[in-house]
Amino acid sequence: MGSLEQPVHSTGHHGPATGITRWLYTTNHKDIGTLYLLFSLMMFFIGGCMALTIRAELFQPGLQLVRPEFFNQMTTSHGLIMVFGAVMPAFVGLANWLIPMMIGAPDMALPRMNNWSFWILPFAFTMMLSTLLMEGGGPNFGWTFYAPLSTTYAPPSVTFFIFAVHMMGISSIMGAINVIATILNMRTPGMKLMDMPLFVWTWLITAFLLIAVMPVLAGVVTMMLMDIHFGTSFFDAAGGGDPVLFQHVFWFFGHPEVYIMILPAFGVVSEIIPTFARKRLFGYTSMVYATASIAILSFIVWAHHMFAVGMPLAGELFFMYSTMLIAVPTGVKVFNWVATMYRGSMTFETPMLFALAFVVLFTIGGFSGLMLAIAPADFQYHDTYFVVAHFHYVLVPGSVFSIMAAAYYWLPKWTGHMYNESMGKLHFWLSFIGVNVTFFPMHFLGLAGMPRRIPDYALQFADFNMVATFGAFLFGFSQLLFVYNIISCIRSGKKATDNVWEGSHGLEWTLSSPPPYHSFTEPPVFKHPYKDNG
Amino acid sequence: MNQLQQRNRSLLIKLLAGAVLMFGFGFLLVPLYDVFCDITGLNGKLQNTGALTQEYAINDKRKVRVQFLAVNNESMPWRLDPQLAEISVHPGEMTQTAFMAFNPTNSNMVAQAIPSVAPSEAAPFLHKVNCFCFEQQPLAAGEKREMPLVFMVDDELPKYITTITLSYTLFDITPEPRPVSSVFTVPARSVL
Repeated sequence: MGSLEQPVHSTGHHGPATGITRWLYTTNHKDIGTLYLLFSLMMFFIGGCMALTIRAELFQPGLQLVRPEFFNQMTTSHGLIMVFGAVMPAFVGLANWLIPMMIGAPDMALPRMNNWSFWILPFAFTMMLSTLLMEGGGPNFGWTFYAPLSTTYAPPSVTFFIFAVHMMGISSIMGAINVIATILNMRTPGMKLMDMPLFVWTWLITAFLLIAVMPVLAGVVTMMLMDIHFGTSFFDAAGGGDPVLFQHVFWFFGHPEVYIMILPAFGVVSEIIPTFARKRLFGYTSMVYATASIAILSFIVWAHHMFAVGMPLAGELFFMYSTMLIAVPTGVKVFNWVATMYRGSMTFETPMLFALAFVVLFTIGGFSGLMLAIAPADFQYHDTYFVVAHFHYVLVPGSVFSIMAAAYYWLPKWTGHMYNESMGKLHFWLSFIGVNVTFFPMHFLGLAGMPRRIPDYALQFADFNMVATFGAFLFGFSQLLFVYNIISCIRSGKKATDNVWEGSHGLEWTLSSPPPYHSFTEPPVFKHPYKDNG
Repeated sequence: MNQLQQRNRSLLIKLLAGAVLMFGFGFLLVPLYDVFCDITGLNGKLQNTGALTQEYAINDKRKVRVQFLAVNNESMPWRLDPQLAEISVHPGEMTQTAFMAFNPTNSNMVAQAIPSVAPSEAAPFLHKVNCFCFEQQPLAAGEKREMPLVFMVDDELPKYITTITLSYTLFDITPEPRPVSSVFTVPARSVL
């Protein structure tokens, strides 16, 4: 705007500050990405311990280890921590690390806000976890916190829960704004929107979803707060409110939220499969449009979570058909991944194994989702372990596997060292077996009628529950291998090359491994990864 | 870099405005929900309350059964029972009936009854001229009172509906709820 550009005097890279202040004050996208990923890993283990508490209690019928009140707090906290503490921050961490490097930007667009959006999270989760130690216990109303369970009948600590959700919401919104600003304003000259890597595309769409629905979540918890403390009656029938309204507002947030947790996973897998199939991604344009259609459809399907509240026939039909419609763009994606692999010269390194497991197991989760979308059948499945099996299939071997695939795929780039490949493969196979042994039997339990969120169950469910518990402990403990592999990779892995993988493509691989603390201070020349070599 | 900063800032402001707008939209969903329920008549909520605004002809040839139900919300110790479990009425005919309410506790309490109509398609055709559910109802400790209800069924009621169920849920809305213990023996249903 007519002002002089400041000349840059420093030459070479100035490295990061030392000590704890490096991490507290950092505005560097790589540092913040690392913080997000480590935070998410920690939450993954905390939430995992809660899951193992649940599975240990369900190992046998009867009450053995924990009291039902505590069991309820475990199911609730496990859900909240995994959704808001593990999966979402992991994807934001990946976005921080990768988006600037993929689009040739020096950093995120709003670095100071980036620091804020991360450092809110540890406080939010400390507050939420501290409620477990308070009188009356922590949240015990399920991660969906339906009113009036979460208002009239909630433990006194619910106010802390509400403020923790507010803080998470603010963090996510700021993160999303940063992602959008970076992608729209900071692409290297010559990179058009339809040239962007698919991970960037999926995150752009996810960020818009976040801005659209996180405020609605903030709104619904604010209504709870007012009902609890300020005498309003949003959800209290005695004062003219309606508890069903809570479910509508919650799921208006909740359904886009599940796509917030899966769209970046689609992006990760769309980066990894072409690399190890040594082919360009099949149907790039259709992938972009499919992602956008899924995002748009996610706003009109929410009531399929509440088929059993007593909707009129027209409502049931509308939400049933619109839900089934989502299978179309999702199917496009799955077929595109398969077509990418078709006649490719594939190799099966750890990231590819996780990506392949993602495609297969996520599809199983998608199919059980279609079964749940059939309104009349849902009356049978509603609130049973079939639902638990469904959403764990899309979230664990879906989102979580894609995060692990991403970690293995980009770890050599981030650290400059190769991880231990055989240990990675072992981790994959143990996780793959563990996940299926844990969650597949839950389909049968649900079809046989075992309700979710119960600490004790009828005897006929005993065998499958025991199997599931074995699987859960196998899956849980094999994650220690993952951590060990990461630590030994950072400390002493063998030196990684700049492009790391034979088939890797995209701007992040043109940087050194590890990349300099400040990368792309000069915008790189963008060459289309596919168009330039025909 | 200045130009880029400016672009980032204006985008930031737009996106923040979007977030604030969506926060507002979350609250807008509350009246939208009510409007939606009013238009579609879902939820069994009554819309026609208060004095009649027009004349309705009595249709002697048609009879509609109206059933009455009363249930207590959790921990509400009152008894609320309809005087008659069921009445047969002609459409257009003004009918009066009553519910008996009894507060068996040793404390003065206030209650609010919330009505609901099933099937919900019938809700727009049930006119409540007067109802105890219009107001909060205080009852002293041990007090028993007749709670009146005056209603009329509109002849526009779809022909396939022959029975309407009017149910009340009774909520305890006593300010500062205190522990209540029943000192009066709750009489059997037949005595009330």
